[in-house]
Amino acid sequence: MAMTGVLRPGHVQLRVLDMDASLTHYVERMGLIETARDEQGRVYLKGWDEQDWFSVVLREADEPGMDFMAFKVDSTATLDRLEQGLREFGCKVERIPAGELKHCGERVRFDSPMGHFFELYAEKDFKGNGVGTLNPHPWPEDLKGMKVNRFDHCLLYGDDLDGSVKLFKDVLGFNETEKVMAGPNGDFQIASFLTCGMKAHDIALIRHAEKGKLHHASFLLKSWEEVLHAADIMGRYKIPIDIGPTRHGITRGRTIYFFDPSGNRNETFCDSYDWYPDHPQITWTEDELGGAIFYHNQSLNERFLSVVT
Amino acid sequence: MTFTIQITDSGDSFPCKPNEMLLLAMVRLGRKGIPVGCRNGGCGVCKVHVKSGEYSNGKMSRAHVTEQEEQDGYALACRCQPSSDLVIEVVGKMRKAVHPEQAVVIKTERGE
Repeated sequence: MAMTGVLRPGHVQLRVLDMDASLTHYVERMGLIETARDEQGRVYLKGWDEQDWFSVVLREADEPGMDFMAFKVDSTATLDRLEQGLREFGCKVERIPAGELKHCGERVRFDSPMGHFFELYAEKDFKGNGVGTLNPHPWPEDLKGMKVNRFDHCLLYGDDLDGSVKLFKDVLGFNETEKVMAGPNGDFQIASFLTCGMKAHDIALIRHAEKGKLHHASFLLKSWEEVLHAADIMGRYKIPIDIGPTRHGITRGRTIYFFDPSGNRNETFCDSYDWYPDHPQITWTEDELGGAIFYHNQSLNERFLSVVT
Repeated sequence: MTFTIQITDSGDSFPCKPNEMLLLAMVRLGRKGIPVGCRNGGCGVCKVHVKSGEYSNGKMSRAHVTEQEEQDGYALACRCQPSSDLVIEVVGKMRKAVHPEQAVVIKTERGE
């Protein structure tokens, strides 16, 4: 499948309460690699198998949560075209100059109906995945902790779900792979899973009373064994687990959720399915929501559903 | 040596080791009484009001405990380290996720 337009999630900037504790968590425990720091004190990280310079930016603040999530687009022409579409949709849009985030080109930042800030960019410096491009080994040496492969997606909570789904589908060209319907007539959408490529989701959105909340930032592992190994690390270092290891009905992911030292939820997961644009959309109904979210025990968990930063 | 944490709401109490966050002591012992969320100072569901006793606070989200509230004895149990017996009142709660009734409320607020 030819990839055009919006290519993939590119980076997420998270607020943390204590940078030192956060670096122990994200670098030593999860296995992200530090690649830069800037004069604002922000620290830049990447998963080992990501080619661009960074995918996670940590900023120390007195309140945790997500500052913004960004997507990489295929060209500066696409950036210009999508910026125009965002303005026509009614977003507040601003251009952020190249270099404001180190090693990143010009960014188009915009707000969204659910209250989150997103960015698009076309250029980021190449860092490489540590094994090179000439006769490479399958993985680099000296990976730490959970050895997460890459930043994968975010699940975000906010009020105007319909508006944000429309923005991602109609302006940014995402496809909705799965949705959750509720209400007396089953016609009230409470969750949307959206892809810009061939993954089951590149972003997930859930309806919630407050605007602009982060449910989790997710990182890819490559096997169930790696998910269990991640769980062992959480036990060893007393990282608070939210739920898992378990499987989702939605997206089929095999997963474990836990909290960073500021209370931001993280996910490490493996497996899903390949999605093509001619595939049918999947619908989940409220009466089967327990199994949709947690396929093994088929029951809902209030903390997982309601705790956000 | 342990400190005794008494919850006024239920009358229950549990022991907490020195240098241990009081919420983690409750969880470790399988006890209940304070809602358990992120356990790292971010989500606010374990907010308590300390009625008596000495303690120190770690970093916690100012969205959930302001500096003024902290001075007034409010704390997040996951960031609160006792240095004496404590009497606490539970303030925080696990908010319900979107249920159909709530969904209707949201729709109404949006004027639909």
